[in-house]
Amino acid sequence: MTRELTCIICPKGCRLCVEGGDNRLTVRGNACPRGEQYAIAECTNPLRTVTAVLRVSNRCDTMVCVKTESPVPKAAMFAVMERLHQTTVTAPVSIGDIVMDDLFGSRIVVTKGAI
Amino acid sequence: MMHYDIVVVGGGPAGMAAAVAAYDAGCTRVVILDREPQPGGILMQCIHNGFGLHKLGRELTGPEYADIYAQEVARRAIPVLTETTVTNITPDRVVTAQSRHGIVKLQAGAVILAMGCRERSRGALRICGTRPAGIYSAGTAQKLINCMGYHVGKRVVILGSGDIGLIMARRMTLEGAKVEAVCEVMPYSGGLTRNLVQCLEDFDIPLYLNTTVAEVHGQKRLEGVTIAQVDGQRRPIPETRRFIPCDTLLLSVGLIPENELTRAAGVPMDPITGGALVDEHCQTQIPGIFACGNVLQVHDLVDYVSEEAERAGAGAAAFVRGSALLNTSINTQPGNGVRYVLPQTITDTTRDVSLFFRVSHPMGKVRCTVRSGADLLTALPRPRVAPGEMERITLSPDLLRRAGDTITIELEELP
Ligand SMILES: Cc1cc2nc3c(=O)[nH]c(=O)nc-3n(C[C@H](O)[C@H](O)[C@H](O)COP(=O)(O)OP(=O)(O)OC[C@H]3O[C@@H](n4cnc5c(N)ncnc54)[C@H](O)[C@@H]3O)c2cc1C
Ligand code: SF4
Repeated sequence: MTRELTCIICPKGCRLCVEGGDNRLTVRGNACPRGEQYAIAECTNPLRTVTAVLRVSNRCDTMVCVKTESPVPKAAMFAVMERLHQTTVTAPVSIGDIVMDDLFGSRIVVTKGAI
Repeated sequence: MMHYDIVVVGGGPAGMAAAVAAYDAGCTRVVILDREPQPGGILMQCIHNGFGLHKLGRELTGPEYADIYAQEVARRAIPVLTETTVTNITPDRVVTAQSRHGIVKLQAGAVILAMGCRERSRGALRICGTRPAGIYSAGTAQKLINCMGYHVGKRVVILGSGDIGLIMARRMTLEGAKVEAVCEVMPYSGGLTRNLVQCLEDFDIPLYLNTTVAEVHGQKRLEGVTIAQVDGQRRPIPETRRFIPCDTLLLSVGLIPENELTRAAGVPMDPITGGALVDEHCQTQIPGIFACGNVLQVHDLVDYVSEEAERAGAGAAAFVRGSALLNTSINTQPGNGVRYVLPQTITDTTRDVSLFFRVSHPMGKVRCTVRSGADLLTALPRPRVAPGEMERITLSPDLLRRAGDTITIELEELP
């Protein structure tokens, strides 16, 4: 496998080239070790934080904001969104509240509440 | 008329950080005025994460970052007058505002301007065609989706690849819309690499550079746009015109510092930044009026907004206490490859002063030089520079004392 990607760890934005098979990946183009770590993570288990808004069952004009407390697998982003679209909360909720305990390995935490 | 040490106009991250810093520097009679129902400014609609990495060492969403500062404001019992729109500021620092209780007038020891930015509109772009529904500025769409829970469209074209456009491409996609394309008139994107990767590449959204929206189509609702590549003068090339069906067009084509009040007060402005001319304490050329945050220069990272606001808050507090802000005056100016330098003047050569600047176009390896006349004060190598990323050089008192009356920052391309 060969894959080209751009390192996002620092503003330099090195163009990275990853080559190799299942358990042996080599990275070229990285100006520092953090680029190698990033490339390997991106090619083996890419993770993303997902943020979204939830409807509030007892407030018509307010949305509550949430995020995955820890990053979830990149491939699960749409599945996370689908579950969140089906979820509503009841006010009052505050920043830091936990809405779900385990969605693809992460808790769902409130980032903007509703009084 | 009510008297305050410091009146802060705008309760976004800049206004809150400035108020906190002024309070901590000994000015306890501080008030924040904001026209919205809650403080937090533009951050309240930025639900994505990526805020605070530099300043707080944590990755937060916009509302979380704002909440940290709102708590600091509350802890000091600094009053925040919401739904209060400032309508006038005089050079002798009388602030007039319209609130639910009618018109209020406040006399301030110092005024801190923190009104932020607004988005450039379609009118400013002069795109041909009809006037159908479905054309939004990206920030308006962001507010409709994130704060009010509306769906704004199903098939989307975005014009402008700055961070707001990129963030909205991902947001619309995750909300179930199909983003057909992001068009960028420049030969490069103004957005952070991180956003190019996580907002476009992750979802296979094409980015067309040197491309603009030449025409919009549709009577009631937008039915599509014609995109075209542009020539060196940024004019659409007719042979490259191409129709893309869509029901929504988002414009993310730049922010304009909201400086109507500033101009009306007679504060001298910098035509390049669109903000006031300031010294290193963020003081404008009218004594006692300070400016910070997006109203002073368009920032891409809120972390730097908070830092700048802290300098403004401390400067305003010093002004109120009557400590003379020293008056040596060195002017700064942009040279080759540099678009602007801020602050435009330096008044105190006894402390470190940071100069912030933006380059005019992306370049590979460069050396940023700081010169006073022929004297090279300092130089900073950079592996890569881009207009989207603000650069900073800090000058020590030793260097400042060596400088004459003008300092120039310039770029030299390295092999
Ligand atoms: C859509 C968008 C996405 C962004 N994404 C990121 C990101 O991912 N990461 C990051 O670090 N930064 C990001 N930024 C940049 C960062 O959020 C801004 O630089 C920062 O919020 C600017 O703060 P501010 O306080 O100067 O302005 P604002 O947040 O705009 O606050 C200005 C305040 O002034 C008030 N006001 C204006 N005029 C008046 C008046 N006449 N009377 C009373 N009140 C008034 C407004 O109501 C508002 O509350 C983003 C910015 C935008 C616009
Ligand atoms: S590889 Fe290192 S230097 Fe290059 S972009 Fe990544 S973190 Fe920056």
